[in-house]
Amino acid sequence: MPEPILSIKNLAVEFTTDDGVVHAVDDITYDVFPGETLGIVGESGSGKSVSTLSILGLIPQPPGRVVSGTAMFKGKDLLKMGKRELRRFRGDEVAMVFQDPMTSLNPVLKVGYQLSEAIKTHYPKVKDDEVKKRVVDLLTLVGVPNPDTRYSQYPHEFSGGMRQRAMIAMAIANSPSLLIADEPTTALDVTIQAQVLEVLKTVQDETNAATILITHDLGIIAELCERVLVMYAGRIVESGDVRTIFQNPRHPYTIGLMDSLPKLTEDEEWLRPIPGQPPSLINRPPGCAFHPRCFLSQGRLPCREEVPQLREVDGGADHYAACHFAEELVGHHSKFSTPVAGGVA
Amino acid sequence: MTEPTTPAAPDDDGVLPPVQTIGGTVAAPVGLGDAAYEAGLEVEARSQWSYARRRFLRHRLAMGSLVGLILIFGAGGIANLIAPYAFDQIDLNNVLHGPTTNGQHYFGTDEIGRDYFSRVIYGIRTSETVGLFVAGVSSTIGLIIGAFAGYYGGWLDNALMRLTDLVLTLPALAILLTAAALLGQGSQWRVAVILALFFWTGLARIVRGVFLSLREKEYVEAAKAAGSGDLRIMFRHILPNTLGPVIVNGTLSVAAAILVEAALSFLGFGIKPPTPALGALVVSGQQNPQKWWLTIFPGLTIVLIVLCINFIGDGLRDALDPTQRRIRA
Amino acid sequence: MLTYITRRILYSIPVLIVSTFLIFSFVSLAGDPRANMLANPNFSAITYKNLSHRYHLDRPIPIRYGYWVKDVFTNKLGVSLRTSQPIWPDIARTLGHSAQVIFIAELIAMILGIAVGIFSAIRQYSLFDYFFTSVSFLGYAMPTFWLALLLQILFVDIYLKWHVRIFYTAGLNNPGYGTWSLDRLQHIALPVATIAIISFALYSRYMRASMLDVINTDYVRTARAKGLSEWHVVMRHVVRNAMIPILTVAALNFGGVIGGALITESVFTLDGMGYYFVQKLGQLDLYAVMAYLLITAISIIVFNLIADVLYGYLDPRIRYD
Repeated sequence: MPEPILSIKNLAVEFTTDDGVVHAVDDITYDVFPGETLGIVGESGSGKSVSTLSILGLIPQPPGRVVSGTAMFKGKDLLKMGKRELRRFRGDEVAMVFQDPMTSLNPVLKVGYQLSEAIKTHYPKVKDDEVKKRVVDLLTLVGVPNPDTRYSQYPHEFSGGMRQRAMIAMAIANSPSLLIADEPTTALDVTIQAQVLEVLKTVQDETNAATILITHDLGIIAELCERVLVMYAGRIVESGDVRTIFQNPRHPYTIGLMDSLPKLTEDEEWLRPIPGQPPSLINRPPGCAFHPRCFLSQGRLPCREEVPQLREVDGGADHYAACHFAEELVGHHSKFSTPVAGGVA
Repeated sequence: MTEPTTPAAPDDDGVLPPVQTIGGTVAAPVGLGDAAYEAGLEVEARSQWSYARRRFLRHRLAMGSLVGLILIFGAGGIANLIAPYAFDQIDLNNVLHGPTTNGQHYFGTDEIGRDYFSRVIYGIRTSETVGLFVAGVSSTIGLIIGAFAGYYGGWLDNALMRLTDLVLTLPALAILLTAAALLGQGSQWRVAVILALFFWTGLARIVRGVFLSLREKEYVEAAKAAGSGDLRIMFRHILPNTLGPVIVNGTLSVAAAILVEAALSFLGFGIKPPTPALGALVVSGQQNPQKWWLTIFPGLTIVLIVLCINFIGDGLRDALDPTQRRIRA
Repeated sequence: MLTYITRRILYSIPVLIVSTFLIFSFVSLAGDPRANMLANPNFSAITYKNLSHRYHLDRPIPIRYGYWVKDVFTNKLGVSLRTSQPIWPDIARTLGHSAQVIFIAELIAMILGIAVGIFSAIRQYSLFDYFFTSVSFLGYAMPTFWLALLLQILFVDIYLKWHVRIFYTAGLNNPGYGTWSLDRLQHIALPVATIAIISFALYSRYMRASMLDVINTDYVRTARAKGLSEWHVVMRHVVRNAMIPILTVAALNFGGVIGGALITESVFTLDGMGYYFVQKLGQLDLYAVMAYLLITAISIIVFNLIADVLYGYLDPRIRYD
């Protein structure tokens, strides 16, 4: 087993608000291996974005705070680094693509300038025309037509999909070893989504960067990721490789997620959402955070009192779930127990 | 799976006024049993006003200012009860006295022996009358004009917006001075009316914006389909959504009106004697520069009033429109 | 862009006509410059009639308006009814004086206000921030005339006590000194301070709010994610965007130069356009009043246009076509 390129242990992040302390991320641990694509899936508020933002130091510190944990990247703990040192990693070794391309680019600066900035910050000695050439190459790689003209244009002259491509180009400008894509297609039209995902795939092939892909869309996970983490209320509830998880989910939440998707190849009368609402992260219910909505729990004592820990549930198949009664799910097939279409690896 | 809960008893026209929540979602329980509540899920429906009230009460500065303002305006309101003297009572033996407890001249006396404390208190009464009047009338005018312009659009909107533009291109203070000089005749009511006729433009713009954006919404179409008249739609459905900006704007315009009125009175064009006005009182200070109390007390009073109102306005803005990422003072 | 400007200018003309007509009618109806004459028994009925005829005061208002407009173009704003002196020279002179005072004041206020606003936003909730936020609130709440008066009284008292003239509290110059002399500086220091303090409150508050709006945007987060140093993030991204609304506000404020600072000039009896206007209004010298209102109205329209064009130039998203 190769060394993980990023190793997060016991990360906890909280926010102090007027209404109380929000425990956005509550003790998560995971690894990312070089070259792989790891998906993190969960609802809004599950903590999926916060966990990655915090390792790059992008959480505003007055309300936010990293309470505990380590994030080892190439032997250094990102969470313990000083600001200046961390800045050297940002945009160079670790890069991020954000969700909303409309607001993620500075509207009053030209796109070419913003991309060159990414390069020049880390490599100030490179000559300007070389930088420009590289930017144009990057734009070509991500599929922006007429990159020379586009270089001198402003973000509002780009379409949404093109903007996101430019963002991706900006992120890979310095060939990062780790790319974090935070809901890169959520704000885009479905047809554009497909295009941008193609770009992501191309980029992965070209740069061989490890990628963390954060999304709430299981379809994207199925298409692009090799491994996946399922998060709920700030904790990881299930992790494993994509095929396994889709075919043999071992956590009621994961099952619920898949059940709520419409399946095109079958007739269904009603869609089956997961009943209830995600819990308040300020006053978490005791025990398992999911138990009030869980079909498996049925109010049993362990669920109500003890927080379930991630444990192996498939005898060594690198599949973990955080459920007291995960064994009862053996044999429970999800909708997708027949081979997943367009699977990966 | 359960069906959606039945809607509350419908309004006359069969359409519910929308619960346009401010910042928080109204989470209505959808077929959940008691188990959910037991488990500590927060599924409470709160009205937007209680959210707003909670936020405002948390704003200590605004709360403190509210108390302060009530005290000051209250003092003005009961002026005849607490002022030790009549505001025009002359006492030539006590001219230009500094503040003292002797004879209850807490703020001293002016150049013809009138008690300054009483004059300031009565001045507060004048200011608050003008301020509240201007805020009320200008808000009403602005609301009506904005509502009709935004809702009907077309030529009415054009015409009304041209009118607004017209007022806005005029040099405000100069026009107000001119109007006050020629028409004001020193009466606080006339001055108040003149100010009100100028102050409505800001709110009209805002209200128009709201009406413009909301008139396309589905619930308006639904109301129309149910047979509601235009006026009903405007006032029952869309208007409540403008109350936030109206309240904030109205509050702040009280302060603005008081400041302008004070300036007009100071220059001699606004409220003239015998009606006492804080701005006019300061004039005695200018003529007797060494008698500091003549300048300080009326001016300080104005500053305190305006500060309180501004803090309250800030707090209201926080409470009613938290989407406008306000930073607490 | 050019079409936009031309369109705006063309559109402003009818607005100008309507507003000046309304003001003219209002002013003529409400105040009769001949009132003084009527009260004075020394004026004979014939003189009254002659003067009325000469200044067209016996005609209906629209006609009088027409004559006035003609005067504006051909006779340089015409002649004061009261003093029979031409109006334009007075306005030209007073305009220069107002411009000097206000321009200096606004420049100081803008530079300091922007700097303080930037720093307050970066160091939000610090002592610096709280202090200057309080200063701004105070600046908003303080009536201009009161601040002017306090400064005036302060320096009068200093003179009376210690017989030292640091700053003058009235007028523009002692006789014999020029526009750019130390004497002039001493005279305009206090009015400049008054205007600057109040404007500073405005600029610093606006800038702070604008900065805070921008600091929390996604694109600033992107800039940080790229690894830019905090200095670069603030200067190249935040300030660049936050300045835009401020500069347009500044354009409008500088436009106020034309109208003069009515209150401040009155308190310090400066020979500026504002004071000129206040005096003429008190004397019911209607044509002078009209001249002032006309010029200020035009200036407002022009500077509004400048502000809009400036905004369009600074923010590439806005394209006026």
